[in-house]
Amino acid sequence: MLAKRIIPCLDIKDGQTVKGVNFVGLRSAGDPIELGKAYSDQGADELVYLDITASHEGRKTFTELVGRIAREINIPFTVGGGINELSDVDRLLNAGADKVSINSAAIRRPELIDEIARHFGSQVCVVAIDAKQTAQGWRCFLNGGRLETERDLFVWAKEANDRGAGEILFTSMDHDGVKEGFANEALASLASTLSIPVIASGGAGRMEHFRDAFTEGHADAALAASVFHFGEISIKELKEYLRKEGICIR
Amino acid sequence: MKVAIVKYNAGNICSVVNALERCGVTPILTDDFEVLKCADRVIFPGQGQANTTMTYLREHHLDQLIKDLRQPVLGICIGMQLMCRHSEEADTDCLGIFDVDVKRFQPTRREDKVPQMGWNSINVKSEEWSVKSVDPLLEGLGPLPFVYYVHSYYVPLCPYTIGVTDYVQPYSGALHKDNFYAVQFHPEKSGPVGERIIRNFLAL
Repeated sequence: MLAKRIIPCLDIKDGQTVKGVNFVGLRSAGDPIELGKAYSDQGADELVYLDITASHEGRKTFTELVGRIAREINIPFTVGGGINELSDVDRLLNAGADKVSINSAAIRRPELIDEIARHFGSQVCVVAIDAKQTAQGWRCFLNGGRLETERDLFVWAKEANDRGAGEILFTSMDHDGVKEGFANEALASLASTLSIPVIASGGAGRMEHFRDAFTEGHADAALAASVFHFGEISIKELKEYLRKEGICIR
Repeated sequence: MKVAIVKYNAGNICSVVNALERCGVTPILTDDFEVLKCADRVIFPGQGQANTTMTYLREHHLDQLIKDLRQPVLGICIGMQLMCRHSEEADTDCLGIFDVDVKRFQPTRREDKVPQMGWNSINVKSEEWSVKSVDPLLEGLGPLPFVYYVHSYYVPLCPYTIGVTDYVQPYSGALHKDNFYAVQFHPEKSGPVGERIIRNFLAL
């Protein structure tokens, strides 16, 4: 049986790991490779590295980092941040990334999803969506959650699916950083309408939250950052807990 | 030890190179007949589409060469599928090392998504599925280790099956016939379990 995945997310700025709490206010949380290895040893199923530097030099530093991660870490990892065109995807996959995550660029130019799927295969294309509940329902946001769009979460996720995305990484901005659980209702709606895996993100605070994302939200994977980075939840204990709760875990 | 990786249009193979380097081996990436023939081990990796890769292999006369290899050969993912007789992917005739046909997953339940992507267990010893003893390739992993899969097509159970994986239905997670070994999963991405399988292959 296919196992549910636990994915720590590492935000990278100038080659170092950082984590935004509710998208603002950064605290340092260590060396990206040491941290990634530690998570892998604890039983993380995958890693996500997000480049939050926008500068040209920052991008070069990040590409070099991706090469080092690929040499040292023996589980799959996804990279994201600043990916706008096919050449960015090519550069990161060549450096050794297994998948790329695209966000704002996909909303601005949805054909990018088709292009990635055609050139490299759907399995490398993770479409990340930041969304928030508004009076009009769940709306997608751009630029790390700073810019609201007219796009509906469910309509956009389905379009990304149909264009050839391999996975949807859904972050609820309402839940992110609040630590009161994932957006399980929205997750369950996504799971019932999409034919590709859904990664839950935003809201992890306690171990039960992961269980609920799998049992109520029907997510295929759950992603978190600060609860892991600051040692509030250990991945090893989390996996033991989930196994006891009857969830298929590696 | 000389380890050669078959060079063809197989997409990104740097993770296989990195995994071998973590095991202390620097592989040679080559499509040169002599180099492949003389290597101690040959790895036939893969990522890509069956038809375009088979066309490439035929045009470069690598198809016959791979079949004629006498040292231990390990096919990975699409490499394993190409070592079979035929693939449903674009109706492709393959190398025919393993006398079995590759099928596409036809799930009937909503939660079985295609491609299968993620960690699934492989049963390395099963009376039920006629895998009577653990193959040397899969030794030392425990009874039901988890490994990392990304694929839409699968090899059905057959006399060469040495590991059984269950997704949609039980199928071949790994094959062995004479000097030819093949795995559907990615040992290079399967953590310590994958590393042990690579070391097992090098030690055959």
